[in-house]
Amino acid sequence: MKLKEIKEHLSLKEIFEIPEKVEIDVKTACGADLMSDVLAFSNAKTMLITGLTNPQVVRTSEMIGIKIIIFVRGKTPVKETVELAKEKEILLYMTDKPMFEACGILYNLGVKPEKMVKID
Amino acid sequence: MKKKKIIDSEIEKGDFASGGEVSSKLKSLLRKLGVNNTDIRRTSIITYELEMNLIIHSEGGRLKAYIDTEQISIVSDDKGPGIEDIDRAFEAGYSTATDDIRELGFGAGMGLNNVKRFSDDLEVESELGEYTKLKAIINIEK
Repeated sequence: MKLKEIKEHLSLKEIFEIPEKVEIDVKTACGADLMSDVLAFSNAKTMLITGLTNPQVVRTSEMIGIKIIIFVRGKTPVKETVELAKEKEILLYMTDKPMFEACGILYNLGVKPEKMVKID
Repeated sequence: MKKKKIIDSEIEKGDFASGGEVSSKLKSLLRKLGVNNTDIRRTSIITYELEMNLIIHSEGGRLKAYIDTEQISIVSDDKGPGIEDIDRAFEAGYSTATDDIRELGFGAGMGLNNVKRFSDDLEVESELGEYTKLKAIINIEK
């Protein structure tokens, strides 16, 4: 599913966008408000859906190669978050939908979760 | 490649604004050195968790990274307060973080768990009231 299609389905508002990147193919995503939960997955994925808006969200995304962050429930990030995202070229969007609904819509569109590796 | 120190940075207690800068720097260095993406990603996760741990839980400390042809090692060395129960600290969901920290998205009790999960070897040494030292090894896949 291309990012430009997801933008329509979730009625996303751009906070920081690089126009040519709307062609990115979003295959996997993860939804979390706890950064260590995001970091529990090691495989590369494209999108993070979160209610957290501080700069650490961008840092966490940078560490595992997430390219797109969607803030749920109409939350707008602080200036520092946007500045860091611009520097790291991580796209930021906002939706008025709550987390559960946003994730449900994405799942129905064929965006899948990553299988979590069990700890021995 | 002979073992080389590529990161040696002071991390201050409570310095959330800089949280992740050292990990970010290490990530670009590893990319320049031509390390494969999977090992860069797991090294980044380990370093970032350790960096945030120093900021959240320690009285301040140092974060160092070494690399040779075979492996990357990440060393976190702090000035206290030490871990009371190391086994519990590694339990998924166990955390001593305050509500303020949780509001920032940390303190889920998964940090050390993630460090262990993505390391090939992990050594932990701690003395209550004194220090904590962690050394994580990442074997580089050829």
